[in-house]
Amino acid sequence: MKWIDYEAPKSLGDALTLLSQHGDRARPIAGGTDILVQLRAGARSPDLLVDVKGIPELNEISYSPSSGLTLGSAVECYKVYGNSDISNAYPGLIDSASIIGGTQIQGRASIGGNLCNAAPSGDSIPALIALGATAQIASSGGTREVPVEEFCTAPGRTVVQPGELVVSIHLPAPVPNSGARYIRFIPRNEMDIAVVGAGVSVVLDNGNIKSARVALASVAPTPLFVKEAGDALAGKPATDESIRVASQLASDAATPITDMRGTIEFRKHLCEVLTRRALHTAIERAKESG
Amino acid sequence: MPAKTYVQTTINGEAVDFLCEPRQSLLECLRDVIGLTGSKEGCNDGNCGACTVVLDGRIVTSCLVLGVEVEGRDITTIEGIAVGSTLHPVQQAYLENAALQCGICTPGFIVASKALLDQNPNPTEHEIRFWLANNLCRCTGYDKIVRAVMDAANKMQEAAV
Repeated sequence: MKWIDYEAPKSLGDALTLLSQHGDRARPIAGGTDILVQLRAGARSPDLLVDVKGIPELNEISYSPSSGLTLGSAVECYKVYGNSDISNAYPGLIDSASIIGGTQIQGRASIGGNLCNAAPSGDSIPALIALGATAQIASSGGTREVPVEEFCTAPGRTVVQPGELVVSIHLPAPVPNSGARYIRFIPRNEMDIAVVGAGVSVVLDNGNIKSARVALASVAPTPLFVKEAGDALAGKPATDESIRVASQLASDAATPITDMRGTIEFRKHLCEVLTRRALHTAIERAKESG
Repeated sequence: MPAKTYVQTTINGEAVDFLCEPRQSLLECLRDVIGLTGSKEGCNDGNCGACTVVLDGRIVTSCLVLGVEVEGRDITTIEGIAVGSTLHPVQQAYLENAALQCGICTPGFIVASKALLDQNPNPTEHEIRFWLANNLCRCTGYDKIVRAVMDAANKMQEAAV
């Protein structure tokens, strides 16, 4: 690995100044579980790593039933699933936070880092999209908010510009009678990359589905928001037939490739199966949430 | 060549300071700078767990931590698990259950196993297997490792009564 400089600013202002001064030659590091591997492989070659773990705003966890969750972008996965407020309000997010890597990786890796790494297979991203999450992005010029479904632009690429930093992720407060679920298919039981992942959320209204959101991992150059699958469920009874139709729409929207983890045909099949199963669980959770 | 960074940290309860380049991993610093060679390099990308250490109470793969990041932190390596010449019950259980063959993965497994029992003294087989999923062993097939952890858990609980 070539020489690289390292700074660990203690304030957001200092971090934004550094990122602004160094532009595209600087790269933030949170848990480092992706960036250090990429540096060694030569896949990224910044001159400066800006360690953002010491910045208070990036370590924030604040939840209220009225305003939802603000999750600092450097908060490690183990703190996400170890937080009872988050576990109770967003089990669909816990589904992903608890399966990213293994115990050691979850001690370092963050949801914000998983999002910024922008892998098509990033497990947290479909879960965030299903939950209607937004990314709060700051620069020395101000802040902006981007819906997660618009955040990733290509494999490893995002809307974040040189000089900008993702400070936190915001999840809206869960509405009554809502539920979410993320599941993935991997050939092992753990420690693997999704062949396909499906994140869904539903809101129920007297046995009918009021609204739903569906997103998929590993079936397109970016995590894929399948708006039409959720829209097809809106106003429909929460029955196997409604779910089957929406799951087929999810599969139709997927444009996967054939690689060592699976073929196009297998992945299209998985999209239908995983979306269907995730919707069933999300509906069960919505009923339990009262 | 730019200047190296001076790092002050705590390793196995002792204050340690060292000089490193920002690009060096904690694993490189432990092995090549400080001389603690118990932590092993297997994959150098976070998959195999042979370099597992405890960093401020959480197990991490030290290949995915930079040496410069541990300023002011607290680290436990495999060298800090035994007390003098007395093996930790987890180490004893690995020996008695023949839970190692070539031994390269063993330091990481023992650090991770002890960390599990520290927070969950009576884990199920399922919990052990998921906790240790970030540690790879190409020799044993894992069964003897899992049995060793369950054995250590039983003995530590008996000793605590």
